[in-house]
Amino acid sequence: MNADFITPLDAFTIIDLILMLMLLIVGLAIVRLNDIFAIVMLAGVYSLVSALWFVSLDAVDVAFTEAAVGAGISTVLMLGAMLLSSRTALPAKPVRKWASFFIVLATGAALMYAVTDMPSFGDPLSAPNAYVGLEYLKRSLPDTEIPNVVSSVLASYRGYDTLGETSVILTAGLGVMLILGMGGKINGQLKKKAIDYDNADAQAHHTVLRVVSKMMIPLIVLYGFYVQFHGDFGPGGGFQAGVIIASAVILYALIFGVDAAKAAVPPLVVRIGAALGVLIYGGTGIAGLILGSNYLDYNVLDPHSAPHGQELGIMSIEIGVLITVCSVMLVIFYGFTSRQPDITDKDW
Amino acid sequence: MIFATTLMLMGAMTLMLARLLRGPELYDRVLAVNSFGTKTVLFLCVFSFLIGRPDGVDIALLYALMNFIGTIAILKFFRYRALDVALSRMPSRNTRKKAGAKS
Amino acid sequence: MSTVLEILHIARFGLAGVFLLGGGFFVLAGAIGVLRLPDFYTRLHAAGVTDTMGSTLILLGLMLIAGFTLLSVKLALVGLFLFLTSPTATHAVANAAHKAKLKPLLGTYRQTRKGDNEGGSQ
Repeated sequence: MNADFITPLDAFTIIDLILMLMLLIVGLAIVRLNDIFAIVMLAGVYSLVSALWFVSLDAVDVAFTEAAVGAGISTVLMLGAMLLSSRTALPAKPVRKWASFFIVLATGAALMYAVTDMPSFGDPLSAPNAYVGLEYLKRSLPDTEIPNVVSSVLASYRGYDTLGETSVILTAGLGVMLILGMGGKINGQLKKKAIDYDNADAQAHHTVLRVVSKMMIPLIVLYGFYVQFHGDFGPGGGFQAGVIIASAVILYALIFGVDAAKAAVPPLVVRIGAALGVLIYGGTGIAGLILGSNYLDYNVLDPHSAPHGQELGIMSIEIGVLITVCSVMLVIFYGFTSRQPDITDKDW
Repeated sequence: MIFATTLMLMGAMTLMLARLLRGPELYDRVLAVNSFGTKTVLFLCVFSFLIGRPDGVDIALLYALMNFIGTIAILKFFRYRALDVALSRMPSRNTRKKAGAKS
Repeated sequence: MSTVLEILHIARFGLAGVFLLGGGFFVLAGAIGVLRLPDFYTRLHAAGVTDTMGSTLILLGLMLIAGFTLLSVKLALVGLFLFLTSPTATHAVANAAHKAKLKPLLGTYRQTRKGDNEGGSQ
């Protein structure tokens, strides 16, 4: 290969290879490290690098979701989970378990065998490039008049799938609620303060954080709404916007305390919101039924113009997704932070 | 030119990764993660110019916002071992009155 | 008149290249500093200062390429957010380390080398 002439393809291949190498290093480090803090941070880095890789593969919407979930919220939630578990564990005795080893080996071999069946990257005959995907690409613009194909496929052609995903998120929120409580009283008692720390000290020393966060929070919410309503034209949509707005509330809770956040966004509102979003989504579908067509068919929403009906329907379900995702994130956050940790300060 | 900058940023990211894996103190690790995030934001901006898709800048914007939240959460965890305490209170009317009476 | 505009056009891209490479240099230098400097506070210095300088230069270079477009506005916003959050995060890390009574390495270089058992400076 001629060194001083690098075609764009070669350049991207180099970048892809470096990114994948980084992913591999981070993954191995996560397996090897004992320090749970470091693992949480490495998980953040893993998400950062994989988002970069998604951008490099031209999957901008996936990268956007990874960026919204991986960097901010999942770190916070993992830390919240760590608070409820003990940090130290007895060292496990190194026992050789041959049965598990062979099962893992067999699974790995099966997966490697399956990889050879996968279509190569960019193969024009592979399933997503050949059959229904091409049809979506061809019909999307005349049908919906929405430039971002991802949005129209996700919300219109694959509306059932997305309804399922939204319900899964609601179910996840319900599960966390059932295990960790509703973020209110625990066994009839309000949570005690875990640590008796000096308020005056905190206030004196965190002026910078308070001022900068006060500047950032409205901007984050504003950006969330931009992502929500710009989802038809660029990367983004209800899922990402919900996470972004929830992380603004979480930042508020981190700086001003969960009690202040609960005063601003009460747990009751959050709980109602989680269900309301799915209701809006399902209701949009039923509106199609009432107007004399199929479930989740948006063409009939506007009797004069089918594309406008599509836009209306997509907008409406995206708002439903936004409300559910945002609420469920906050349900999980409130659930984690409202528990009394079982461990004492000595355990650290 | 843009490609050279991209490679420089990737080199910087690799060095940060080395510091993150080595970092003797937890604070070194936090520093490395935060710095890695900043470099990722820059990389996304430059890279979206390289591939000619301006959508990368949107993601960079999002990361610039999210990275901050992650760092604050980690640091709060270090200092207070809790996520729910307030780092700072909104000055309420009562405390303001008290402060006025004192001074 | 048109030649002047052409020269400006070429100069714009030349300047953008200088900014980009300069920014890349600062980021790389900062990264090397973070890896090589002996203790946490000096590493903090390397990371905090050069990140601000490097990101400003790189974003300015990209804005010169993009011209007066929405993209430039977004890049300016990225710059603004980094400008706000990067020093704040650095401050928060430093504050937390200080509160946790992490001691800086003191003394001359030779002593530091002797007393440094953390392997920071090789």
